[in-house]
Amino acid sequence: MDYNATVPVRPEAAAAVAQALAVTGNASSVHGFGRAARRLIEAAREAVAALVGAASAQVVFTSGGSEANNLALAGCGRARLLVSAGEHDSVLRAAPTAERIALRSDGRVDLAALEVLLASDSRPALVSVMLANNETGVIQPLAEVAELARRHGALLHCDAVQAAGKMQIDMTALGIDLLSLSAHKLGGPQGVGALVLSDRVALAPLIRGGGQERRRRAGTENLPGIAGFGTAARIAADALATFAELALLRDELETRLARIASDMTIFSGAAPRLANTSCFTMPGTPAETQVMALDLAGIAVSAGAACSSGKLEPSQVLRAMGASETEAGQAIRVSLGWQSVAADIEAFAAAWGQLYERRAAARYAERQDEQQRAAL
Amino acid sequence: MTRQNDKAAAPAGRPIYLDYQATTPTDPRVVEAMLPYFNEHFGNPHSIEHAFGHDAEAAVEQARAEVAAPIGAEPREIVFTSGATESNNLAIKGAARFHKARKPHVVATRTEHKCVLESCARLEREGIRVTYLPVEPSGLIDLGRLAAVVTEETAVVSVMAVNNEIGVIQPLAEIGALCRERGAYFHSDAAQAVGKIPIDVKDMAIDLLSISGHKLYGPKGIGALYVRRRPRVRLEPLIDGGGQERGLRSGTLPTPLCVGLGVACALAACEMGGEAARLEGLRDRLLAALTAGLDGVALNGDPRRRIPGNLNLSFAGIDAEALIAALPEVALSTGSACSSASVEPSYVLRALGLSEERAGSSLRIGLGRFTSEAEVERAARSLIDAVKRLRAAGARAAE
Repeated sequence: MDYNATVPVRPEAAAAVAQALAVTGNASSVHGFGRAARRLIEAAREAVAALVGAASAQVVFTSGGSEANNLALAGCGRARLLVSAGEHDSVLRAAPTAERIALRSDGRVDLAALEVLLASDSRPALVSVMLANNETGVIQPLAEVAELARRHGALLHCDAVQAAGKMQIDMTALGIDLLSLSAHKLGGPQGVGALVLSDRVALAPLIRGGGQERRRRAGTENLPGIAGFGTAARIAADALATFAELALLRDELETRLARIASDMTIFSGAAPRLANTSCFTMPGTPAETQVMALDLAGIAVSAGAACSSGKLEPSQVLRAMGASETEAGQAIRVSLGWQSVAADIEAFAAAWGQLYERRAAARYAERQDEQQRAAL
Repeated sequence: MTRQNDKAAAPAGRPIYLDYQATTPTDPRVVEAMLPYFNEHFGNPHSIEHAFGHDAEAAVEQARAEVAAPIGAEPREIVFTSGATESNNLAIKGAARFHKARKPHVVATRTEHKCVLESCARLEREGIRVTYLPVEPSGLIDLGRLAAVVTEETAVVSVMAVNNEIGVIQPLAEIGALCRERGAYFHSDAAQAVGKIPIDVKDMAIDLLSISGHKLYGPKGIGALYVRRRPRVRLEPLIDGGGQERGLRSGTLPTPLCVGLGVACALAACEMGGEAARLEGLRDRLLAALTAGLDGVALNGDPRRRIPGNLNLSFAGIDAEALIAALPEVALSTGSACSSASVEPSYVLRALGLSEERAGSSLRIGLGRFTSEAEVERAARSLIDAVKRLRAAGARAAE
């Protein structure tokens, strides 16, 4: 139940990868081997473009979402960067000096604060706001953000790594200028992603060399990865309606957990969210304890973004929403996917419920001890 | 090996692939090792909290050790990247930017891969001085010339181990010793060298070394950068984020691709000796057949200090593009695939001092693991016929 960290590769996408692995040829070579590779790449480009309402010429393939975000920020040509406080580390760390757009307590960006920032400085800016948050699943009001950006002559970058394949996206209608995607978050292979550009952007490359990707990203194309990405994008687009049904499972889980622990917090629970994501606390129990107990029960969840989970620190996103350090340190994330079933919810609620009761009993015993000691 | 060669060799009627410097077929044994990781072994290697993540992490770490071993490195000195282009960008821009204040100078040879030269051009726009070192007519650098340009202000010297067009091998150990003495990092683009010639980062005093997966029968989309730990090499990252790869390269590691690169390196290391001898035999046969069947065939680049799987030949009076067009049954190239679309003659050949005409008459022929004797013989016959046809047509047109 950790689909927001990485998704099992769709069998069809794995098959496309395996097929492409058997294709010899550098897509830049002009001979038949090269042209065969080129055809596979261009078909994938169309599928990826279609997933986000773009034309294939707008798609630049990268090695993943982190590279796409870094490329967007470094290559957009804007010196002034405004990024939301809830962004992924690949945005926050790529732009350490960027101005931060505050989040409201429900996890959505504070539009009034964004407007004040935009009006405070007349230099042309880039605004970076993700479409859906990887930890809470909250969906940002991108159309409104785009409107503000447009009015102030700013470009808009949107990290859609978590959102793509989980909700309908039309980047042209939303007014997004640069959009980041990652294949492995939507059932494609790891090691491939894309930055999709509107025609308002003249991108400066981050990785220079050969003339691949219309001189916007050098390096021999990752043919199998791109082929798998295309297939996964096509399937994800077809499965959007099914994906929305995961909200039933998710809501059922939250109802059960709230029944077990009435004092729990569900982050962004009242805001529009991705159908598959839930981020909540077990009061009094550190996230690591929960993750380990669930792991013993055979359930994989995470205490936040997987990248930084080597070093467990309370989530920056939850802190930016106003959660205390203690509360943020007790939050775990459940994210469902195409293989999730009702039995997973049952198993989760049982394991989590047991831990909750054990912890409550332990706390009760501790209090008794203390009282006894005080009485002596 | 024999059984596989038979399997992968082109049957009559299918084009013969002789463009192994552009890319190599992924070895079936590599594919076999990778496929499980696209299916049951999924997991984000960074999700170390749970079991799925553990499996992926163990596989990635094994791969890291397999990449490190053949070049004499420690596993933790290997940084996975998306390929040699990224590795080269990270090494050169990363080192130069980190040391810009005290060492605002970079040296690269004129025959480096485009991605090295483009990185240098970018650095020049950032105020860093770049010296483009010429090469001798053999394609090799002159150590005296190098010694004259490397100073204590030099942050990094970039000299490729094996050239991608002419296959010549640079004197790595001598360059390494010189750089170490002058306090400059030695970076080598070894995309065409790893698995083909012995490389030892300690003996050769190499500080940064770029590796490509798809040039050594591994997958595309993966590469590595060796970054020395002692004495420590400091770089500014190109991609920031989750802090993976010691903070030098953020982004979720692609487990199957890392596994594929690891297996490819391990295979290349254990088969290198025998394979080099086999390819040398095939190459010599091909060259002998062509020089016996045709006049005006000349080898470009040093005849001895070169990898066995490459020939770069000029055919007097022939336009190489026309020759390729006349030879649909053999996949060949005029030079780097990255600049295939450009009509300019190779800058590498021009840097050897070749005339525009001779450079324009040159072909790159790449032999590799799945090239069979029968293919070499067929390719030689086709090439001889095509050159004769084109020369005859040229003579008729002249009359």
